[in-house]
Amino acid sequence: MSRRYDSRTTIFSPEGRLYQVEYALEAISHAGTALGILAKDGIVLAAERKVTSKLLEQDTSAEKLYILNDNMICAVAGMTADANILINYARQAAQKYLLTYNEDIPCEQLVRRLCDLKQGYTQHGGLRPFGVSFIYAGYDPQRQFQLYQSNPSGNYGGWKATSVGANNASAQSLLKQDYKEDCDLKEACGMAVKVLSKTMDSTKLSSEKIEFATVGKTKDGRIYHHLWGADEITTLLKEHDLARDETGADGDRVTS
Amino acid sequence: MEVLLGITGKDFTLIAASKAAMRGATVLKAADDKTRSLNKHTLMAFSGEAGDTIQFAEYIQANAQLYSMRNGIDLSPSAVANFVRGELASSLRSRKPYNVNLLLGGVDPITLKPSLYWLDYLASLAPLPYAAHGYAQYYCLSILDKHHHPDIDYEQGLKILRMCTDELKRRLPIDFKGMLVKVITKDGIKEVEYNDDARVACP
Repeated sequence: MSRRYDSRTTIFSPEGRLYQVEYALEAISHAGTALGILAKDGIVLAAERKVTSKLLEQDTSAEKLYILNDNMICAVAGMTADANILINYARQAAQKYLLTYNEDIPCEQLVRRLCDLKQGYTQHGGLRPFGVSFIYAGYDPQRQFQLYQSNPSGNYGGWKATSVGANNASAQSLLKQDYKEDCDLKEACGMAVKVLSKTMDSTKLSSEKIEFATVGKTKDGRIYHHLWGADEITTLLKEHDLARDETGADGDRVTS
Repeated sequence: MEVLLGITGKDFTLIAASKAAMRGATVLKAADDKTRSLNKHTLMAFSGEAGDTIQFAEYIQANAQLYSMRNGIDLSPSAVANFVRGELASSLRSRKPYNVNLLLGGVDPITLKPSLYWLDYLASLAPLPYAAHGYAQYYCLSILDKHHHPDIDYEQGLKILRMCTDELKRRLPIDFKGMLVKVITKDGIKEVEYNDDARVACP
């Protein structure tokens, strides 16, 4: 019966639901986890990279974390191909704003631009919605450090800590448990790897399986964003005793 | 012979514009306001071709207000200045360009820094501590060069402005009907009571 309302994105079902949007959300909940934590002096984004095959070239570039603008980065959960379209759009929007006003676009405005586009596909018919959720981390002088999340319906919201993708419910409750209101960036990074280690299939992590990025302020007050290299991730994992043994086999689950 | 003047101080920006609306050699009005407020803390003064000035100023004003409405925050003075420059630049390359010269004064709502921007119809943009448009440049810039300092207070600013307007009255061949003066501080835009009935003797 519901089939009658499935095939068109823009038609409400008798219960008042948009099935295509819900299916898109479902698709995302199978994607690798991504999470973001807002600290008082910066933001950390972390994402699980699903390794599909040993033979696959381990791309050195990020596949789940992207730079949108000088003041903003994002983490992706869902279909990477769809994400590329949206990221390209966001980068153009940010540059257009910079050209017009000679200022970086305020974070919420860029998020809203993307969400307006996403919303369009839930209303104008014939095409499927974008199958991606984003977590955005950014800074602007008005609202300082900000963390946002958006989904295929075009809804967005500001968060202190949030997650998307597989196991996001358990990640979310772990974040809720561990989040401290005035934590600094270093503590937030520690929390991010701990939560990620608990929501991922293998308990011992490695730099091939996760991606990491931070937004922060340098000593002279400039805003930086930084996608972490493999060695930096390994150092962080070792610090929290979550790194995979060099000898091979996964160790026991760390409960701390 | 329109006069536009702008002076920044440590926590304010002064904008002054002559009150005469002229057509050729005829004064049509002696209480003209050549300024428009763009948002709570940005003021624009304009001179140039009669129809163009108000049309362009109100176009910018409408866009600045639309931005505030859509985004819940005002554009900063520097953002407005760059937006205006862009509009002038595309107008310049159109079939009928606007012939408008502008001074844009403001106080940044976040950093609380005062700022002043000088723009002309060729879409030049220059952030300056003090500025003038038209013939006033010849008479006032030397005075401002000598007396202006970045951290002058409001009273000192008015004193320097008085020296400028006196000099203009002394040297300009046509009466510009006095000046309308406005000040922008972190609290917003206010008109300044500016008495310029006094005659200035010419040497």
